[in-house]
Amino acid sequence: MNAQQGRTHNLLYRFGLGRRMPEFWHYADGSAGLYKPLFNFRRMWIQAVLLTAGVALIPLIVMAAIDYKVTQNSVESENLLQTARLVSNTRRSVSFFLSERRSALNFIVRDNDFEALNSKARLMQLLEDLKTSFGGFVDLGVIDPFGYQRIYVGPYELAGVDYSDQAWYRQVLQKGLYISDAFLGFRNVPHLVIAVKRQLGSGLSYVLRATLDTGRFNDLLSAVEMRVRKGDAFLINREGKLQTPTTFRGKVLEKISIPVPEYSSKTEVFETANQGTVPLIIGYAYIHETPFILMIVKEKPELMGPWYETRMKLLGFLAVSVTLILFVIIGVATVLVNRVFLADQRRVMILRQVEHSNKMATIGRLAAGVAHEINNPLAVIYEKAGLIKDLFTLKGMYAKDEKLMGLVNAILSSVERCANITKRLLSFMRHSEMKSGDLDLKEVITEVLSFVGKEAEYRSIAISVNKDEDVPDIESDRGRLEEIFLNVISNAFAAMEKGGHLDVDIKRAGGDSVSVTVTDDGCGIPREDLDKIFEPFFSTRTGRGGTGLGLSITSGLVQGLGGKIHVQSEVNQGTDFTIVLPLKTEQREG
Amino acid sequence: MRVLLVDDEEELVTTLAERLSLRGIEADWASSAEQALSKVAAVSYDVAVLDVKLPKISGFALKKRLEEKAPGMKFIFVTGHGSEEDFRTGSAEAGEGYYLMKPVNIEALVRKMDQAIRGTEEQP
Repeated sequence: MNAQQGRTHNLLYRFGLGRRMPEFWHYADGSAGLYKPLFNFRRMWIQAVLLTAGVALIPLIVMAAIDYKVTQNSVESENLLQTARLVSNTRRSVSFFLSERRSALNFIVRDNDFEALNSKARLMQLLEDLKTSFGGFVDLGVIDPFGYQRIYVGPYELAGVDYSDQAWYRQVLQKGLYISDAFLGFRNVPHLVIAVKRQLGSGLSYVLRATLDTGRFNDLLSAVEMRVRKGDAFLINREGKLQTPTTFRGKVLEKISIPVPEYSSKTEVFETANQGTVPLIIGYAYIHETPFILMIVKEKPELMGPWYETRMKLLGFLAVSVTLILFVIIGVATVLVNRVFLADQRRVMILRQVEHSNKMATIGRLAAGVAHEINNPLAVIYEKAGLIKDLFTLKGMYAKDEKLMGLVNAILSSVERCANITKRLLSFMRHSEMKSGDLDLKEVITEVLSFVGKEAEYRSIAISVNKDEDVPDIESDRGRLEEIFLNVISNAFAAMEKGGHLDVDIKRAGGDSVSVTVTDDGCGIPREDLDKIFEPFFSTRTGRGGTGLGLSITSGLVQGLGGKIHVQSEVNQGTDFTIVLPLKTEQREG
Repeated sequence: MRVLLVDDEEELVTTLAERLSLRGIEADWASSAEQALSKVAAVSYDVAVLDVKLPKISGFALKKRLEEKAPGMKFIFVTGHGSEEDFRTGSAEAGEGYYLMKPVNIEALVRKMDQAIRGTEEQP
């Protein structure tokens, strides 16, 4: 396993997935060699998951992101627009309020000549009329062309005050109108002043000055505030001093914390986005011919409330869809890759069986060739030795020499033994090429045992073969059966020490089948290995000539004949291999 | 009894011939089919012992050609292909019992030759 695989592995284990990973995850096909990348199932799985997830999720996420942005923008611009409309409407109301009062004053100075206004009684009458018909007027004063307040009606003692060198007075003379900032009056109530000019025939002008209670503004603006959650509608002057009370932005005549927005003839809306403070949406409008700026300030999060709900739904939907899609993709990929893996396992198994039978066939041909070639020189040795013996016995030359006779006889018997071996080998190979036939299992097993007979003798292993009387001949492939029994019996021999016992029991099994049990009293197989012994390349003798293929091939051969093989084993007690074979084999490939 | 031994392994046939001679059997040998055919043309033999596998020709084919030249001659076959199946097919061709596997036991061979000749004598 390389470093990257190791990391993935650790990660998987951390998430508790390691144990639940499918079989193919940890599989590495040692025999794939050059084609290894083709059989990297983990990579196949990862690629399948990434590709399908990419194709499915990227458009979904892009769509969701676009929708998110579009909805957010539309909500935001809707908010800005709404604020702008509100500011415009309110500005109109405020302007109207002021121009209404200005027009009233203008009407008074046109309707009454200077002499008429010079009467305190008349002025009181007018103030009373203004209060009842317009409201908001506090006092009224007439200032003569020299800047003296000639007549004053109202709550203060302002008669005779000289305004001639005051800025506002000069402004009225210049522009014909003056509207003051708010100021705190005598009773600590904010007021503002409106003054209008009236030209006299002589080229001189007098001024009518009225004080207004800003309470009427406040009513107007609080009606607006009612419509804005957590917002404020108020007036400031050009220096940023509050002209009307606010809920969140300070008291009247305090300086506002927001910088004074720059002049614009139209209604403007902007956002502040200072770090650490709540972002605000501010709408403002300069009110024409007055020192006032109307401001409506709203807290953005408050306005965006409905958007946050929509956003939660959108993100929730996205999260649920992504989870569902990933779940399905991972599930499908796992199932499919596992199927490919299983198919590949079968392919590898079959490939190995074919490879093995090819090898066996090659070895067989080789052995047959060797046996063949050896027979002729053996015959020569045999005849030569026979001739020597003939000469001794028939001519009587060394007939009495027991040692020489013994030597010649030893040569003859050795050659006979060799001849037996080649005969068996050739016969065995010939059987391997044979297909079906009626077979006596005992005979087959006895022939197989003849190959290990000598070894059994050397190692004092007692062999017994028992066949129940009711076991019929079976129709099967002799060559394959011989290979199966040879493998199982060789394994039993490898497991046994000197003086072991090997028993072969041939019995009638249930239905149309026969069972052959090969029992040894050897070292046994550990419980944890029992499941693996039929897997290819599983071997405990790898260092000592085992290829780990024997039992996997055997199991493949047994299956090929339509049979089954099981194993039972106890460590240090011995092992039973039971092979159940059908009476008739359906011809199958593999 | 005159015997012709045919095998491409000269060492084998010469030794075998010598052993048969020691037993009082007149044994001649040939190491190829041509040699065998010319010998049969010159001398009459009672039995021919043929190797099944000869260069260029099989023992069974040689038998047919020898029979043309010497009708009544008996044949025994020996083979190095010592499998049972070969033995069965060979026996079917050669006649039951006249098919022997190398290396051949000399006593068994002599017995077979006797049987073969007696078999002829028994036939009218």
